[in-house]
Amino acid sequence: MDLILTEEKQRQLIELIKRELIANGAEHVVLVDSAGSLIVETGNYPLENVLPLAALSAANFGATAEIAKLVGEEDFTLLFHKGEKRNIHFSKVGKDYILIVLFDKTVSLGLIRLKTSKAAEEILKIMEE
Amino acid sequence: MALINLAQKELQVKIVYYGPARSGKTANLTYIYKHMSKQIAGKMVTIDTKGDRTLFFDFLPVNIGKIKGLSIRVQLYTVPGQVMYNATRRLVLRGVDGVAFIADSLRVQRQKNIDSLRDLDENLRFYNLDVKSIPIVLQYNKRDLAKAGVPLLSIEEMDADLNSDLQAPFFEASAVLGKGVFETLKEITKRTIRSVAKKLMK
Repeated sequence: MDLILTEEKQRQLIELIKRELIANGAEHVVLVDSAGSLIVETGNYPLENVLPLAALSAANFGATAEIAKLVGEEDFTLLFHKGEKRNIHFSKVGKDYILIVLFDKTVSLGLIRLKTSKAAEEILKIMEE
Repeated sequence: MALINLAQKELQVKIVYYGPARSGKTANLTYIYKHMSKQIAGKMVTIDTKGDRTLFFDFLPVNIGKIKGLSIRVQLYTVPGQVMYNATRRLVLRGVDGVAFIADSLRVQRQKNIDSLRDLDENLRFYNLDVKSIPIVLQYNKRDLAKAGVPLLSIEEMDADLNSDLQAPFFEASAVLGKGVFETLKEITKRTIRSVAKKLMK
């Protein structure tokens, strides 16, 4: 199934991401599909880094889904990578999308988690409209 | 799964380079990456093992310009060719829009080519696709090795083995020297975009 993203949907998604995540300290937010295609992105990183990030994140989720099956789970719905200065939070949005949030060590993981789960619900509504 | 972004007037498609181990899938992407300007080809990502065999996949985004006002971004992927990485191959095929099948011309690899094409078909069926319905082109790689006296399959033999049912366009190539690389890319891109456009017109 191909995805057509209208101007209106893109506007709503960016607005939502800015309001819930960028305003709360996220450096960059990317929404991708499970095939690794970039849907929307906003923040400080250049596109040349965002494209591989989208592809690798989808692959990362695919690989961990295989790990999940080995331990009797269907899927893992969120992943978290902690770095020295920066962290990445990945969460599954519905069955087909992945929300990637990059943030630095000054921002609390709890806040990102809270905002991500709220944003995920709204993203799904927008995508399914 | 193609993605059309109407706000940015952009079409994204996913093309996967498939084929047996060591047939030259990564060599194709590397050549494209090295010989396209940085404005056109983005960052290439390679996840390989120490012996430079692809462990997960390679990824290269390429902007090929505009068609009817839409910028076209092609996302090129390779799969690991080794038999044991089937789960990974299936994963990389998710959302695929077109396939470039890179076959190895070495005579000793004859059965591996046939097996890999069958494996591609099986993995596509997992996503309700198959080799006959998806846009596909074949590349008969390593033709340059004939000069070194290495026994190669003839083009007729390769066509009979792999293409008798498909009747897909095929290209003789030497990916390390760049011969046939852009021809393959151009044809699979054209076919993929045509197929996506056809689906959207429905």
